[in-house]
Amino acid sequence: MSDNASSSDTVVQIDQLSLDFDTVDGPVHALSGIDLAIREGEFVSLIGPSGCGKTTLLRVIADLEKHSSGKILVNGVSPDQARQDRSYGYVFQAPALYPWRTVTKNVVLPLEIMGLTRSQQQTRAKKYLDLVNLSGFENKYPWQLSGGMQQRVSIARALSVEPQLLLMDEPFGALDEITRDHLNEQLLELWRKTRKTVVFVTHSIPEAVFLSSRVVVMSPRPGRVMDVIECNLPSERTLDIRETPDFLSLAHRVRQGLKAGHSYDDE
Amino acid sequence: MNDATHSQGRIFPLSVVIVVLTVIWYAGAVYLNSGQLIDRYNKRSVQWDITQLAADAWSMKRPVLPAPHQVVRELKKTVLDQKVTSKRSLIYHAGVTLSSALLGFVLGTVLGIGLAIGIVYVTTLDRSLMPWIIASQTVPILALAPMIIVVLGSVGITGLFPKSVISMYLCFFPVVVGMVKGLRSPEPMLLDQMHTYYASRAQVFFRLRLPSSIPFLFASLKVAIALSIVGAIVAELPTGGQGGLGARLLTGSYYGQTTMIWAALITASVVSATLVSIVALGERTMLRRLDGGQVARS
Repeated sequence: MSDNASSSDTVVQIDQLSLDFDTVDGPVHALSGIDLAIREGEFVSLIGPSGCGKTTLLRVIADLEKHSSGKILVNGVSPDQARQDRSYGYVFQAPALYPWRTVTKNVVLPLEIMGLTRSQQQTRAKKYLDLVNLSGFENKYPWQLSGGMQQRVSIARALSVEPQLLLMDEPFGALDEITRDHLNEQLLELWRKTRKTVVFVTHSIPEAVFLSSRVVVMSPRPGRVMDVIECNLPSERTLDIRETPDFLSLAHRVRQGLKAGHSYDDE
Repeated sequence: MNDATHSQGRIFPLSVVIVVLTVIWYAGAVYLNSGQLIDRYNKRSVQWDITQLAADAWSMKRPVLPAPHQVVRELKKTVLDQKVTSKRSLIYHAGVTLSSALLGFVLGTVLGIGLAIGIVYVTTLDRSLMPWIIASQTVPILALAPMIIVVLGSVGITGLFPKSVISMYLCFFPVVVGMVKGLRSPEPMLLDQMHTYYASRAQVFFRLRLPSSIPFLFASLKVAIALSIVGAIVAELPTGGQGGLGARLLTGSYYGQTTMIWAALITASVVSATLVSIVALGERTMLRRLDGGQVARS
C-alpha cells in the first residue's frame, strides 16, 4: 500500500496514521503506521483479534477518536468536517434504538437532528425500511422486534442520512449464526443496490471474505495492517460460495495473515 | 398480570398487618396509661382488676397514648362534623399544609432539575456545587426552619412562601441526586451515536438525556413529595397557631391533647400516602411510555 496519492474516487485516505492512548501503565499503541486508501463503492472489511485496533480505526474515521499522528481524509476533508457534513452513517455493535420511539421514529432520529421537514423524514423512513425489508413494522416498538430486525432498523437509520460512506462496527456480532448468515446475504444485496462504500469491522473470517471486495488483516500490539487481500468473488453470490475452492483459499490467506501477526499466539 | 388477583394478593397481608398493629396499639394504650390509673385507684382505695383497668385506659380524657377508637372519634369530630372552612376542621388544616407543601415541592423540583442540569453540563459546577448541596442536608431542618421564617419575615415575606421555602429546601436534594444520575445514565454508545449525527447539546438533552432520566426523576419525586409534607409541618411549628397540621400538633402538645396530636399525625400520613400514590401513578404511566408500551413490570 505505497500508493499514497489521493485520487478523486478515494473516500477514505489514511497515511501513516498512529494513535496512542495514555494509560496508568504508560502509553498504549492502539494504531501504528496505518496506510490505507478506500475507494468509492468498495466493501472493505477490517479483521483481526480483539485489541488489534480495528474498531479504533473505524472510530478515527468517524471522528469518535482523535489520531496522534499521520494524516486522514474522509471525503477529502478532515474526519471532523466529514462528520459535520454528515457524510457517513455509523452502525454500532448493538442496535442502539430508543425504546420509547417506534421503528419509524427511530429511523427519523438523525433526520430530525438534521432539520429535515416532517414529510421528507417520512418519505426517507419508508424508503429505507423498505430497503431492509421491514415494511409493515413502522409503528412497532423495538422490544416487539427480534435482535436481527432491530439491527436492520439500525442499518435503515444509518442509511436514512443518505451518506456515501457506511461504517459498520461488528453489527452482527451479537446475533446467532443463522440470523447472521441471513443478514450477511441481505447486506450484500443492499450493497449491490446502493453502491455505498462500506467499511466493516468483524472478527469472523467467513463473514469478511463473503462480504468484502477487500479484506484488511490487522494485528495487535501495536495495531497495524498485516495484509490486504483482494477478493474477486463474483458479485452475484450466495452463502453456498463459502464451500468453493476460491472462497476457501481466500479464507486461508486471511488466516495466514492473522497467524503472521501472532494473532493465534497465547497471551 | 391480572389486576384483580394482584390486589387480592396484597389485601390479605395488608389486613393482617393492620389487625396486628391495632392489637399492639390497644395493648400499648393499657400499658402506657396504667401508671396514671393505678395511682388514682390507690389514692381512692378502689378495688380494680384488669378489665376495669383496660376499660379506663381506653377512655381517658388525657391519655399518654389514646386508644385507636378515641382517635377515630376525634377524626370524625374534626373531619366529618365540621365545615371544611372551619378552623376546627382537620380538612382545613390539611389544606393549609398541603398548599405550602405542594408549592415547595414544585419549587424544589424546579430547583433540583436546574441544579442537576448545571452539574451535568458545567464541570466547575460539578466540582463546586455537590459538596454544598450535601452539606445543606446535614443541617437539622428543625433548627433552620425558624431562622428562615424569621429572616424572610423581617424582609416582609410572610404567609405561604416562607413555609414553602422549607419544603423546597428538603425537596430539591433527592431531585438533584436522582437527576444527575439520570441525565448521566445514557450509555456511551448512545452518546457516541449522537456525536456521529453532529447533534447540538440541546438536541442531545431533549432527545436522549431527558427521556433517559425520567425513571430516576420519578424515584426522586416520590421521596420529595413525602418530604414536602414534613417540611411544611416543621415550618408551621414556629409560626404557631396560624393553621396547618403543624399548628394542630403544637396546640395539641400545649394542652396535653394527645388525641388531637394523633388525629393530626394520621391526617398527615394519609395526605402523604395519597400524594406518593399520585406520583407513583404518574410514574407508571410515564415508564410505560418509555418502554414503548411493553407490559409494565410490577
